[in-house]
Amino acid sequence: MAVRKNQATLTATEKRNLVNALLELKRSGVYDGFVRTHNEFIMSDSDSGDRVGHRSPSFLPWHRRFLIQFEQELQKVDASVTLPYWDWTADRSATSSLWGADFLGGTGRSRDSQVTTGPFAYSTGKWNINVNVDSRPYLQRELAAGGAQLPTRAQVDAVLAMTTYDMAPWNSASDGFRNNLEGWRGQGRIHNSVHVWVGGQMSTGVSPNDPVFWMHHCFIDKLWADWRRMHPTSPYLPAAGTTNVVDLNDTMRPWNNVTPADMLDHTKFYTYDR
Amino acid sequence: MSSNVTRRLVLRGTAVAIAGAALAAPSALAAGRAASTAATDHSGHGGHGGPEAFDEVYQGRRIVGRPAEAGSHGAHHGGGFSVLIDGQELHVMQNADGTWISVVNHYEPFATPRAVARAAVDKLRGATLVPIAV
Repeated sequence: MAVRKNQATLTATEKRNLVNALLELKRSGVYDGFVRTHNEFIMSDSDSGDRVGHRSPSFLPWHRRFLIQFEQELQKVDASVTLPYWDWTADRSATSSLWGADFLGGTGRSRDSQVTTGPFAYSTGKWNINVNVDSRPYLQRELAAGGAQLPTRAQVDAVLAMTTYDMAPWNSASDGFRNNLEGWRGQGRIHNSVHVWVGGQMSTGVSPNDPVFWMHHCFIDKLWADWRRMHPTSPYLPAAGTTNVVDLNDTMRPWNNVTPADMLDHTKFYTYDR
Repeated sequence: MSSNVTRRLVLRGTAVAIAGAALAAPSALAAGRAASTAATDHSGHGGHGGPEAFDEVYQGRRIVGRPAEAGSHGAHHGGGFSVLIDGQELHVMQNADGTWISVVNHYEPFATPRAVARAAVDKLRGATLVPIAV
């Protein structure tokens, strides 16, 4: 069984293997397919219409399936690799080891936000941004710029304490665990504010262009697992018959063969280190 | 969300704002907008529930917001409203609470389409938008 670890605990060898697998998926074109899929969903998921990947109850099972698929591609390159998670309540600094030159590289330079250190810098020739919203072909970051704040552990704990998975109208206006975790409302704006804190492509619809996307969403996925352990009798909602929304046993696009019910128990696929 | 009264006053008088934009650099725009607050609403969209049209030069880029034309991308996903930066469509979306996001600031809501357009210009740092792929 694959074990997903905190990125801060990875050995030098584990970091190198992950980076090499990411670079190989990029070289082969597989990586950019994931960026394209994410952007297509983020642009079409709407509060008043059909919504699957975001701003809806299926935000969590959709991203769980998306990460499993991506992790399987990494493992085709190197079977030892699993996705690590970034606990941004603990590793809160732009100088944390996550952003080291041996791992993800650091923030962008002030002139144009271009990342110039680490394996994903444009100058390496190995990380061109091909699926993009603007004309810049390089990875950008603006870590902690413009007053952006990462959520605190207290803010996360307050969201984990919410007992109801999701509520009508099942979108960005909902109360409940899912939308407070996604961050369209509530203290800390949890998941959304991490995208904003990183900046660059991470704050756009093509956010998977930055490899930190996977580590951010892996931690969101872990928080869902933690929440289920804390509230074992709280079900995924809604159960059935909801217009424009993925109910418990509805299939999710783009796979069309997987339901939220299939995604509830992550231990069928992987475990977390704690 | 900010006061509707304030917002309407600021957005009213698109024609005056265009005149200001055509005349001068962005520094002149504040004056143009101030003058526009006393002008008549020529947009034809005030009071009908949707966001009001705008057309200005912000940080050297022309930003335009207007009701979406039939068949355009905004007609499908932008709540019937299109935003353009230097003639290229910026994908925007309205949230249930009335706030707005765009494809270049997709996790940070803004009060109006104009605020989203300005935030996009800030983020682009002179780069051009590429056509929407969806």
